[in-house]
Amino acid sequence: MGVLGLIGLMVVTVGINAWPSFSANGLSWFGNSGNVVLQFRAMHAGMALPGHSLLYFSAWPLIWGTILVTVVAVALALVFSTLAAIFLTEFAPGPVRRVLEPVVRLLAGVPSVVYGLIGILAVARVVEENFISNARKQSVAYVVQLNGKDLMTAALILTVMIMPIMVALTSSALASVPASWREGSAALGVNRWRTIWRVSLRTARPAIAAATVLATARALGEAIMLAMVSGGRPFAANPLDGLTFLFEPVQPLAATIVQEFGGQTSGPVASTIYAIAMVLLVSAAFLSFAAWAVKQPLKRYGIGV
Amino acid sequence: MATAELPSGANAPGAPPAIVRPRHDSTAAWPLIDRLGYWLCWVTGIGLCVIAAAIVLFMLVEGISALRLNLFVESPAASLHQSQSGGFLDPLIGTFIVTTIGILIAAPAGVAIAAWLSEYGRPSWLARAVESSIEMIAGVPSIVLAIFGLIIFSRSIFGFLSQQASDGSVTGESFLVAGIVMSLLALPLVVGATREALAQLPGRLREASYALGKTRATTIRSVLLPAIRPGIASGVVLGIGRIVGDTAIIVILLGATLKNEPVGNVPLLGTLRGTGSTLTSYVYNNSPAGEGNAPQKAYAAAFVLLMIVLALNALVTRLSRGLSLGTTDWTAKL
Repeated sequence: MGVLGLIGLMVVTVGINAWPSFSANGLSWFGNSGNVVLQFRAMHAGMALPGHSLLYFSAWPLIWGTILVTVVAVALALVFSTLAAIFLTEFAPGPVRRVLEPVVRLLAGVPSVVYGLIGILAVARVVEENFISNARKQSVAYVVQLNGKDLMTAALILTVMIMPIMVALTSSALASVPASWREGSAALGVNRWRTIWRVSLRTARPAIAAATVLATARALGEAIMLAMVSGGRPFAANPLDGLTFLFEPVQPLAATIVQEFGGQTSGPVASTIYAIAMVLLVSAAFLSFAAWAVKQPLKRYGIGV
Repeated sequence: MATAELPSGANAPGAPPAIVRPRHDSTAAWPLIDRLGYWLCWVTGIGLCVIAAAIVLFMLVEGISALRLNLFVESPAASLHQSQSGGFLDPLIGTFIVTTIGILIAAPAGVAIAAWLSEYGRPSWLARAVESSIEMIAGVPSIVLAIFGLIIFSRSIFGFLSQQASDGSVTGESFLVAGIVMSLLALPLVVGATREALAQLPGRLREASYALGKTRATTIRSVLLPAIRPGIASGVVLGIGRIVGDTAIIVILLGATLKNEPVGNVPLLGTLRGTGSTLTSYVYNNSPAGEGNAPQKAYAAAFVLLMIVLALNALVTRLSRGLSLGTTDWTAKL
């Protein structure tokens, strides 16, 4: 079957084309040395930075941006989607449920470019006008300009984007918890909330973990929306800045590909872009495997999800 | 108010300890922390509805105020002023072409793979490997698929799919290339929906066909596949929705140019080998993040895009309702 070969082909071809960038930089590819903006500018112009090869690149600010956005979004989505899934399977009265199911499907179906457009034209403006005071802007004005396209805006929109898949997987796992287990708990005089908390959620834990992993993969791969609202500057947001940290721009890996790609890219820029794609590909494959692995305990209960 | 429900005199001295048996498990009797969780669930559930309503209403208001009929029939033009930058005829056609190519590849391939996996599945190691490969393709970000497509299709043997310069270098950007890579996005959805539908078919259908002396291949072709037509259709519609909404592949593999630019003089093939844009890349380019920065145009196109996606969504709901053999799991439709 061609599908099987396809994955192998994907890893091999992207790997071969990414190799120049990795081999020229070694492990410092993942390091934090120098300014990513200057490095890309040098590659586009074809003039190496003094003392370095043309392929000189250190991706840490981008990796850090990816980690920040992903972790914040997935953490928020985990809490809210679990609550929403409990609501959907346990508490929602019939009419509310009949509304909520299509709503979840709708949120999953909205194209990422529409989320990005709403983010850049509406959410970012609201954030800039209401949450970023002038004092805050001035406090970091010497390194970066705050304009509402930032870590918080990006993470919030990403949360909404990855929630549907998590709500869907979690609620179908909750719904497949054997009724007798919950009845057993109820027969012991435990109220519904504690039954859900101690029996249903605990049984569904592997499914929730799998959903979280899948959502992480989505968040990692989201390029267009993040290219539009995350600020588009490879700036390593610094947690030491206190709350201002939330309003600092970031640039995740996938968004970098969109922003640095321009028509006939070749040579060092292309190798660097391929190297970024390789990192994303390996992470996605790893997460696919992790999602499969964390789901295994469910089979013991005879719940296929 | 847990205490309010206790029968009066429950704690009267000398009386036997009262046993409270609530007729139903009312939340009013729960401890505070449990009630807090209950209300948080409500707030989150309603919050999701509010967010969805806000998105749709916002796009409706902004979209309709920016939408003009002539946008549908005019080609985009390069202009700094929004009143002269034309409409989105070319992106509309582009969306249609890319979707058609993508689904024409993904639908037959997906149904064939699903039928093989569900009905044959031998040797089992190969079936398992194919299954996990499909799952992995579903997990690969579309931007990585796009980069992979760029590497593959800019080899000179694939020059016939896109443009080839006189020095032999191939651009790897065309409707054909974008459509082929898009089919990878739709493939897992078609396979998933078809397999789910096949699994729900009662075994007697197959047995009746075998009893009539039909071979396995004939059974699949003339009994099983016709029986699961709604299932296949909903998978295909889901795939179309995914293709219509994707931007990353278009930006990298279709050039996201202003107009659809044919190559050479052959009418249809020229367009297919040429670069162009779709609604998604039109929205991206006209947003403040892109080169155009014409928010009115972006809103109008995004509104049209959203309406297409909503219509496809409604179609999937209709189709899966028609399929209701037992309990259809709505969560599989994501």
